[in-house]
Amino acid sequence: MGKTLAEKIWADHIVSSAANEPDLIYIDLHLIHEVTSPQAFDGLRLAGRQVRRPDLTIATEDHNVPTLNIDQPIADPVSKLQVDTLRANCKEFGVRIHSLGDSQQGIVHVVGPQLGITQPGMTIVCGDSHTSTHGAFGALAFGIGTSEVEHVLATQTLPLIRPKTMAINVEGTLKPGVTSKDIILAIIAKIGTGGGQGYVLEYRGSAIRALSMEGRMTVCNMSIEAGARAGLIAPDETTFAYVKDKPHAPQGADWDAAVAYWKTLQTDADAKFDKEITINADELEPFVTWGTNPGQGLPLNANVPNPADITDAEERGAAERALTYMGLEAGTPLKSVSVDTVFLGSCTNGRIEDLRAAADILKGKKIADSVRLLVVPGSAKVRLQAEAEGLDKVFLDAGGEWRNAGCSMCLGMNPDQLKPQERAASTSNRNFEGRQGKGGRTHLVSPLVAAATAIRGTLSSPADL
Amino acid sequence: MEKFLSHTGTAIPLRRSNVDTDQIIPAVYLKRVTKSGFEDGLFSAWRSDPEFVLNKSEYQGATILVAGPDFGTGSSREHAVWALQNYGFKVVLSSRFADIFRGNSQKAGLLTVLLPQDVIEAIWQTIEKDPKTAVTVDLEGKTVRYGDQSVPFQIDDYTRWRLMEGLDDIGLTLKKIDEVGAFEAKRASFKPVTLPALQ
Repeated sequence: MGKTLAEKIWADHIVSSAANEPDLIYIDLHLIHEVTSPQAFDGLRLAGRQVRRPDLTIATEDHNVPTLNIDQPIADPVSKLQVDTLRANCKEFGVRIHSLGDSQQGIVHVVGPQLGITQPGMTIVCGDSHTSTHGAFGALAFGIGTSEVEHVLATQTLPLIRPKTMAINVEGTLKPGVTSKDIILAIIAKIGTGGGQGYVLEYRGSAIRALSMEGRMTVCNMSIEAGARAGLIAPDETTFAYVKDKPHAPQGADWDAAVAYWKTLQTDADAKFDKEITINADELEPFVTWGTNPGQGLPLNANVPNPADITDAEERGAAERALTYMGLEAGTPLKSVSVDTVFLGSCTNGRIEDLRAAADILKGKKIADSVRLLVVPGSAKVRLQAEAEGLDKVFLDAGGEWRNAGCSMCLGMNPDQLKPQERAASTSNRNFEGRQGKGGRTHLVSPLVAAATAIRGTLSSPADL
Repeated sequence: MEKFLSHTGTAIPLRRSNVDTDQIIPAVYLKRVTKSGFEDGLFSAWRSDPEFVLNKSEYQGATILVAGPDFGTGSSREHAVWALQNYGFKVVLSSRFADIFRGNSQKAGLLTVLLPQDVIEAIWQTIEKDPKTAVTVDLEGKTVRYGDQSVPFQIDDYTRWRLMEGLDDIGLTLKKIDEVGAFEAKRASFKPVTLPALQ
C-alpha cells in the first residue's frame, strides 16, 4: 500500500525504531524564541550539555517584545530580562539570532519561510503551537514544550509516537471575499477543537491547490486550533516558485536535487488515511467566531446561536458560558455586533498579502470613530515591504496605527492588550477567554472582514461596504 | 524527574470542557525564566471569583485535578504543566487531553490519566458529595481507586516505564547518539542550514 505525505516525511526522518517504543525522529530545523527557551538552555547548562546543531537552529524575538519605541530599552523589566536571557543564551551556545531592530526580526513563523529555511520534506519544531504554519510547504512541523526544546537542543531529535493521518479535502472555488482564513475557521467549526487530536492533517483539493503560499500558511497555522499538532499541504509549483528566490534556497545542482525530491512528496494514489472529511469551497462564506474557542464559529450572516438548541449537555454549557463571557445575546445578528478594536497581524494573518488585502479595502476610507485599528506586520521585512508599497500610508490615513513586528495583541503578552470587556475583531488565531487581555472579547476574522469591520464599526464583510 | 508509582490524595472537580492553556496560565505570567513560582498564575482569571472551585475551603490541599474533556488545548506552553505542579497537583484526570499538553505533562512528570467521560462524571459526583474522598492513582497497577470503586486506565508501556523509573528522556536518547551521527552523515546536502546567515 502507498504512503501518505506525512508517512513519507516521517519515514525519511527515523533515526531509530523499536517495538513498543516511540520512534526517534531527526529534526531538520529548530526555531527558538524568548518565551519557551530559557528553562531549556538552563537545563543544558545544568547537565553540561551543548547545542548539538547550532547550524540547524535559529532564534528571533517575537512574543514578548514591544511594537512601539523599539529603539529604546524594553520598559517592562521582566520582559527585558527574558529577551536579554535569549540573547545571552544564543551568544553562549552559538545560535543565530534576529533581535529587535534587525531587518529579519519578526514572528518566528513568518521569519522561517521568508528566509527560505522552511522547505518541503523537512521536520521543523519550535516551542510554539503555531509551528504547524510551516506545514504549508509540505514540511512536518509542530509545536513542542520546553522539555522537548531542551531535548532538540541537546540531540537534534525527538522521541515521538507516530500520529494518525486525516485528509481534509477542500474542493471547489472560493467566492470573492472568502479567504483561506474562512476555510480553516469552517474546518474547525466542523471537526471541533478536539477533532484533530492524534492526527496530522493533510489539506487537499482544488481550493487548497488554488491558494498562494501565504494563504496555505494561514490554513496550516490553525491546525492546532482543530487539535492537530501538525497540518500540511503537498508541495507543488507554487511552493517551488516561492522558495526559489529566498536567501537560503538550495543553489545550482542542489536546487535540482531538492526539487526532484520535493516532487516525490505527494500522498500516493493508493495510500489510505485514517480519516477523511470533505468541505465544499463553493458554499463557504466569510466566517467569524462568536464564542471562546475557535470551533465556536459561524458564517458572518448568521445570528448568535441559542445554547438551548444544542443537544450535547457539555457543549450547551460551554456555549452558555461563552455567551456570558462574550456579552452576547442569543439570536443577535452577528453583523450588528460593534467592536472597539480591530487587530490586523499575527502568524496567522500578518504577512504581506494580508496587509495588501486589508489596505485594498481601506484605501481612501476612514475607520469608524469608535474603533482602534492596530496593524502589526508579522516581521520587520514585511513592514519594510509594506512601506515600500505605501500600505503604511493607507492604514495611517484611514486612522489606524502602524506598528513594529511581533506577536503583539494575538496573545497580549506585551503592552498591546484589550481592556476588560473591550471587543476585538482579530485576524489572529485564538478567541480564548482573556487571550488578548484580561476580560477582553475576541472575534476571529479574515483580514478582509477585519478591514470592513474597522470601517463600519460592526462585524462586516467587504460586500457590506 | 521523580519516580511515579502511585499517588493518593483528595481530588477537585473542574466541570469545564475545553480548558485551554491560556486559562491554565495566562501569557502575562510567561515572562519568567524559571520553572518555579507559577502557582500564582494558575487559573488566575477564574480564581478572582470566590465561587471558583479552587477557592472552596473543602477542596484545599487537593492533589488530583478531575477535568472536563479537551483539557490543555491551545498554546504549547509547558508553563501550564509547571503551574499545575507548582500549585501541588500530581495527577490530572480527563476524558480527552490536547496532544501537546499531554506530551509536556509526561515529560515533566505530571501524570495525565485518560478515563471515559462517564467515569469522570462518577468521580465528580463522588468528590462533590464528599470532598475528603481519598483517590488513588496507581500507575503500576493502571487503576484509579476512589471509595469502593476501582477503574482501569490505559497508558502506553513506554511512557509508564519512563514515569515509573523517573527517567530523563535526553539521557535515554544520548545512549543512541551514535545512530544520530550515522543519520546525519546520510542527510541530503541540499537541506538548509542556518549558518552562515544569508539574508
